[in-house]
Amino acid sequence: MEAAAARNKKSNAKSAKLGRDVQARLGQQLRAMYDDVVNQGVPDRFTDLINRLETAGKKDTQ
Amino acid sequence: MAMDESVRKAVLGAVPSLRAFAISLCGNVDRADDLVQETLLRALANIDSFQPGTNMSAWLFTILRNHFRSEYRKRRREVEDSDGHHAETLKSQPEQYGHVEFREFREALAQLPSDQREALILVGASGFSYEEAAGICGCAVGTIKSRVNRARTRLAELLNVNSAEDFGPDETTRAVLASGGE
Repeated sequence: MEAAAARNKKSNAKSAKLGRDVQARLGQQLRAMYDDVVNQGVPDRFTDLINRLETAGKKDTQ
Repeated sequence: MAMDESVRKAVLGAVPSLRAFAISLCGNVDRADDLVQETLLRALANIDSFQPGTNMSAWLFTILRNHFRSEYRKRRREVEDSDGHHAETLKSQPEQYGHVEFREFREALAQLPSDQREALILVGASGFSYEEAAGICGCAVGTIKSRVNRARTRLAELLNVNSAEDFGPDETTRAVLASGGE
């Protein structure tokens, strides 16, 4: 009886909460995937866009 | 529109992370870049509503997220869509997602409900606090916490990991080998 209860408790705890090591590895993978894009920096189209908007803005204010 | 040098720097500085977030939302690099561009245009057109001293990055993420949500809802009405659409998009265009080593992980991520996925990315990858993420998503801090927890649990199930060892000693090498060595 007690053993079964203890087993239940254990498996509930396991399903309710991931181990820290698993969480850490998931976090690492997630960041690696994300940083893979971040490390590509700023593609030219965005620098160009900001430059265009800036030029247009300067003309507006002149 | 006169652009302050500090605004220009802050906006451009946020672009790499905005792109990474956008890709995780829509699962397609080209679409993500369009989303980022539309976000920048909206942000700069409304730069007066940005409060100096507050977090520019969080402000841009909020605009991007809201824009994506409204676009997504619109498209959903136009084309009969489902939660599986994002995952399907990923599978049909695997070459769009950069390095193949993340494919398995991306596919698992794509299977999460979108609110859980965005919460996990904002907190686990973009580096926002639970409070900032709640601000970006327009919900309570507790809601973000529970979404992040559910996302982690579901990811572990999808990737079939019960302990750190299940990832294998070098997942990256295995993936590179499987891809024929990129």
